[in-house]
Amino acid sequence: MTLEQLHFEPDRRPLLEVRGAGHSYGERYGCRDVSFELWPGEVLAVVGESGSGKSTLLGMLSQRLKLSEGSVRYRLGDGDVVELSELSESRVRRLWRTEWGFVHQNAADGLRMHVSAGGNVGEPLMATGWRHYGKIRAAAAEWLARVEIPADRIDDAPATFSGGMRQRLQIARNLVVSPRLVFMDEPTSGLDVSVQARLLDLIRSLVAELGLAVVIVTHDLAVARLISHRTLVMKDGRVVESGLTDRVLDDPQAAYTQLLVSSILQG
Amino acid sequence: MSTALPGYNVGYLDEQTKRMIRRALLKAVAIPGFQVPFASREVPMPRGWGTGGVQVTASIIGGDDVLKVIDQGADDTTNAVSIRSFFAKVTGASTTTCTEDATIIQTRHRIPEAVLREGQIMVYQVPIPEPLRFLEPREAETRRMHALEEYGLIYVKLYEDIAKYGHIATTYAYPVMVNGRYLMDPSPTPSFDNPKLHQSPALHLYGAGREKRIYAVPPYTDVVSLGFEDHPFEPQRFEQPCAVCGSTGVYLDEIITDDAGGVMYACSDTDHCERAAALASAHIDDLEEARA
Repeated sequence: MTLEQLHFEPDRRPLLEVRGAGHSYGERYGCRDVSFELWPGEVLAVVGESGSGKSTLLGMLSQRLKLSEGSVRYRLGDGDVVELSELSESRVRRLWRTEWGFVHQNAADGLRMHVSAGGNVGEPLMATGWRHYGKIRAAAAEWLARVEIPADRIDDAPATFSGGMRQRLQIARNLVVSPRLVFMDEPTSGLDVSVQARLLDLIRSLVAELGLAVVIVTHDLAVARLISHRTLVMKDGRVVESGLTDRVLDDPQAAYTQLLVSSILQG
Repeated sequence: MSTALPGYNVGYLDEQTKRMIRRALLKAVAIPGFQVPFASREVPMPRGWGTGGVQVTASIIGGDDVLKVIDQGADDTTNAVSIRSFFAKVTGASTTTCTEDATIIQTRHRIPEAVLREGQIMVYQVPIPEPLRFLEPREAETRRMHALEEYGLIYVKLYEDIAKYGHIATTYAYPVMVNGRYLMDPSPTPSFDNPKLHQSPALHLYGAGREKRIYAVPPYTDVVSLGFEDHPFEPQRFEQPCAVCGSTGVYLDEIITDDAGGVMYACSDTDHCERAAALASAHIDDLEEARA
């Protein structure tokens, strides 16, 4: 988070305040004892091997999974701070529609594969009450251009798109309602390296441009290094290390983080 | 009341089943447009042939009722004839093809051209009750969307139509909002008939046998067809009059007359067409008499 953003943020409270949060699958905890703060405009990377509880943490923060212990407090657009687990289902779903985005690893989970690209981007607008076809279409076209999808593909279904295009479409669909907080679950894995680089570049510029707060889950340290300000390192459902991304990756303290950093292939 | 087929309960279904369906119907009428689950029974016809409508009719029909059954607006098609004779056999109720005389009208597609009145009941045979089904395949999710009144998704369907065809091309099962609360699929009725539902004096009951759902539009209820501000709902229109009776402003069927592209357009509502044709010929007779 930059100083300018701090200056323009009238309410100096974090967007998301997580204290001792955990989610259990029956007897077993998927993640436990997680505490951090997320500020507007900040990108937080959650890294760790598969099974370390990254996706559980993301599900828990976005209220897709129930909070088993601890607290997750969120500052609403109107300034009120709410405990997310106490919100009614309809209010949580309204947050999904108006203030949050969720970018899935598999684009098919976040898109309607047989609805046109324009319809996919327009749907969140229609869900928030837009009822003017011309305006919806114009907004969809504008967002497709921003994520570099050719204008003549607006009426094609994402089922006909390449993996990279699908992922960019998913990002457009999430950002069209100008959310305040976006959750991303491994948005670049499964894409080849050059497409990954382009997508990361796009995410980074959009995040900076829109001042989004992002929680991004990844197992790829390069992704964390490229776009995040701070990093949480998870292992066996717990946070083993957290701090500024450059500090965590250049001077890892925890044994596991050292292992993780040293296991990257050096070119 | 004339005698029903011996060995069968009146209306074919047993009394407990009819009660269960009536309870579902009462709930459906109390919450206009809401899909009430019910335990659909087997009736002597395959699912998909109108078993939902048949069960609703069987549960509400009494000895003094007059039943009319139409399929695509016609009284003389196979399904209409067989359902009508089925109820004549198992209830002893009288049947008719005249819309005005009927107290219960079971239909597959059309709402008759004649204006319905208070006391009449329309029974619809519904194939797919869920208007969001083809956009959201998960039943649990669509129910939640109904509960929370999240209906943005249905506009995606209309959006896709305009994007593809330049106008809303959905001409049947056109989605409506009932009583300002529930999104409803008015079954496969043509959008031409949608305006007839709005503030209709008749009771409209919808039965989906395979999907096990009942819903209803009570008399004098607001039924609004959805649309965009810049692409509002427009019912279908027909340019030409009926080739048989000359009626205008009615729903027409295209009838292919030869293999050289010849077609004619005639009323889909056979009852309306017959009477309009009779009236027209009587009028011509009058004119000829006056001339003579």
